[in-house]
Amino acid sequence: MAGADYHPLSRRGIGTKGLGKAWNERAFVIEEQALKTVEEIKAAIEASVPGAGVELVLNPSVSGQHSLRLAPSHAVAVATFLRDDRDLALDFLSNATGVDWPDKEISEKIKVTRTVSKTVDGVDQQVEETVEETRKRVEPGCLEAVYHLFSVAKKHGPVIIRLKTVNRSDQVELPSLTPVWRSAEFQEREIFDLFGIVFTGHPDLRRLLMWDEFKDHPMRRDYVEPDDYEYEPTAHDEVLARAQAHRAKAEAGQKGGDR
Amino acid sequence: MEQGLKIELGKQGVFVTTVEELYNWGRRSSIWPMQFGLACCAIEMIATTMARYDLARFGGEVFRPSPRQADLMIISGTVTKKMAPQVVRLYNQMAEPRYVIAMGACAISGGPFKQGYNVLKGIDRYIPVDVHIPGCPPRPEALLHAFITLQKKIDGQSLTGEDRPRHLDAAAQGEFPVPVQGEHDLEPTSNKGVWPVPITIR
Repeated sequence: MAGADYHPLSRRGIGTKGLGKAWNERAFVIEEQALKTVEEIKAAIEASVPGAGVELVLNPSVSGQHSLRLAPSHAVAVATFLRDDRDLALDFLSNATGVDWPDKEISEKIKVTRTVSKTVDGVDQQVEETVEETRKRVEPGCLEAVYHLFSVAKKHGPVIIRLKTVNRSDQVELPSLTPVWRSAEFQEREIFDLFGIVFTGHPDLRRLLMWDEFKDHPMRRDYVEPDDYEYEPTAHDEVLARAQAHRAKAEAGQKGGDR
Repeated sequence: MEQGLKIELGKQGVFVTTVEELYNWGRRSSIWPMQFGLACCAIEMIATTMARYDLARFGGEVFRPSPRQADLMIISGTVTKKMAPQVVRLYNQMAEPRYVIAMGACAISGGPFKQGYNVLKGIDRYIPVDVHIPGCPPRPEALLHAFITLQKKIDGQSLTGEDRPRHLDAAAQGEFPVPVQGEHDLEPTSNKGVWPVPITIR
C-alpha cells in the first residue's frame, strides 16, 4: 500500500501503487463532492420552496437509504429545484416505481380503567379496575410512487423521493414528474398500468404493458388473477392448491349441469 | 415399390419415384421460416441460422419478412397475452402448407413466467403446433433437431387419405379464431378445437 493516503480502493485490499498520482487525485475529488445527507437536502428544499411539506422517511437497515416524502401539491416545484440546484444537480431519473400499501388492520392492547360494581365483604361497591383491552382499527392504505435520482454531472446519488396518494380507490392522483425528467414518461405509464396511480400532467398516460381494454392493476396486492388453472401438469405449493380448487369448482359445475 | 428393387434399378441408372415422394421431398427441403422473434429464444434462433449451426444445410435459411411467403412459424419466446392475438393473426395470414415449431419453455407452456399476469400458458392453446422443443432457451442443436423432426413429419405425410396435409383437405379448417383481449383475460382462454384440455392422471 502506497503511503497512508486514503483511497477508496485500498479498503478492498487492492493495491493503488501502479495507478499513479492522477488516479489518487481523481479519487480525492470525488470524495470531496460527497452527497448531502437527507437532512441537509430537506433543509435546502425548505429554504428554496416555502411550504413544501417534506417528510423524512428513514430506513433503519444497514444500507441506510433514507428517502424524502414530498407533498403532492409541491412535488413539481421541489423536483425542479432538485434538478436545477447547483449543489444537488440531480439531472438523471434512473428509476420510478410504485408501491401498494393495502389497508392494514392493527390490533393494539390498551389499558382501560373502568368502574365495575363488585361485592366486597358482602357490600356492593363501585371499584375502579384496570383491564387490558384489544382494540382493532383499520389504517387506510395508499399507493406510493418512488423515484430514484442521480446526478451525472456531480457523480452522486441516489436521492430517493416518494409521493403518496390519499387512498387506493378514488383519490389516486399524483402530479407527473415527466415535465421535470423526461425519462419518467414510460415509467409513470408503467406505474399507471400496474398500480393504477393517475399522473396528472402526464403527456400521454396510457397503459404500457397490458392492453387498453384491461380493467385491473396486476401489481396491486388485492389483484385477483383469472382462474386459468385447468391444466397444471407439474403443480406444487400455491399453484397446486389453485389447480385443485379449479378442478373442484369445475366438477361441481358439471354436476350442477346434470341436474 | 420394394426398396431393394429401387436400389437395384438405381445401380442401372434408372431413377424411380412416386409423385408423393417427389412432392414431399420438395416441400421438406425448402421450408421457409417467418422472420419473427418474440424473446430471448429468438437469439438462439438467429444463432441457428448463422454459419456455426447453419440452418441452410436443411433448406431453411430463407427467413421471410412476410407471413404470406412463409411456411414455418417458429414461436421463439414468451407469448404475452397482449401479443397472442397478433401471433394467431399472423398464423392465419400464412398460406398452406404451414407449420409451427414452439421453441422453448415459454412458448410451450409459459415456462418460468407461467403464473405471470400477462403470460399465455402455451401457444398451443390457440394454434396447432407441430413440434414442441423444451429448454430455456433450447440450444441451436435442439432447434435443428426440431427442424429435422418436422422434415420427417412432412416426409411421412401421404397426399391422400385421412392423414393428408391440411392444404389438400378441402374440408379442413383454415382460419383459427383470434382471441379478443377482454377486461380481465383473453376471451376465449383457449381454442377447444385445437387444444382440448388434457386430462391429468395422478
